[in-house]
Amino acid sequence: MSAHETTAAHGPDGHGAHESGEAHGSLGGYLTGFVLSVILTAIPFWLVMSGALGSATVTAFAIMGFAMVQIVVHMIYFLHMSFRSEGGWSLLALGFTLILVVITLSGSLWVMYHLNTNMMPSMHEMRRMP
Amino acid sequence: MSTAVTTAATAAGEAPVFYAVDEHPHPEGHSTPLGFWIYLMSDCLIFAVLFAIYGVLGTNYAAGPGPRELFDLNLVALNTSMLLFSSITYGFAMLAMAKDQKGATLAWLAITGLFGLAFLGIELYEFHHLISEGATPQRSAFLSSFFALVGTHGLHVTFGTIWLVTLMVQVVQRGLVVANKRRLMCLSMFWHFLDVVWIGVFTFVYLMGVLR
Repeated sequence: MSAHETTAAHGPDGHGAHESGEAHGSLGGYLTGFVLSVILTAIPFWLVMSGALGSATVTAFAIMGFAMVQIVVHMIYFLHMSFRSEGGWSLLALGFTLILVVITLSGSLWVMYHLNTNMMPSMHEMRRMP
Repeated sequence: MSTAVTTAATAAGEAPVFYAVDEHPHPEGHSTPLGFWIYLMSDCLIFAVLFAIYGVLGTNYAAGPGPRELFDLNLVALNTSMLLFSSITYGFAMLAMAKDQKGATLAWLAITGLFGLAFLGIELYEFHHLISEGATPQRSAFLSSFFALVGTHGLHVTFGTIWLVTLMVQVVQRGLVVANKRRLMCLSMFWHFLDVVWIGVFTFVYLMGVLR
């Protein structure tokens, strides 16, 4: 992924044509993305509003799954992400951002959960102490 | 863009230079999509932090109203469809732009703007409804983090709509020149990105909130 190799591969006199990276998508692509998004939005709303799955935990995991899939659908069909766009740099930036997002979210939830559990007992709980 | 800086290599007896000394000409704005993408990624981090705050504080109701009493999923579904429709109409605007159809581009942009305004109208109605019920941002940590997260997204849509109107004026005045196409493409990425963030909002805030 180093810039050095990229330049060398293009030969000494400049790197030929820059790929413009301007993927405008196609009508079919946009419509596919739209239909998939509608389905992937309607199902979680239906699951929660009807309570079809019964258990709240199962429903929560199911709608999280649908959200992940829909985000990928948007990335591919609306934002035109691919391994080729910008010579892979936009995907690299996305990957780096996702790592930071995962660290931020999981780290915050983890640390704050333990902080809450191990916090000094409140006045309410103290009254019940021996 | 200087063209001849390679004289150093031509001096007699010196080792040839194997790296590119010359700055080769780049077309104007060729790096804009990547730069704008990196801006969007930094924006993504802002939202990640707001989601983390909501995740940590979202259950601290301070004996106030919780999501189950406050959220109206029918309204949220309507709001979600507005944003989804605006995404596909922006896609149609980009397709018309690729074919250099100025009128069609402007028409699709106008429709996109109307969907954006409808989204904002519904969101403002919801906020007004919450506040009139006493569920203000000051009420509990849950409501503070809720208004911070959803409000930041709403602000992004607001500025996106202002940007959209600005670009429509530009296209009317100058036509679909290269610079305007580049700007429209940046706004396209911004607009679709906001839709991606909204997927997180309706899943984690509204649907999960009602489940709890």
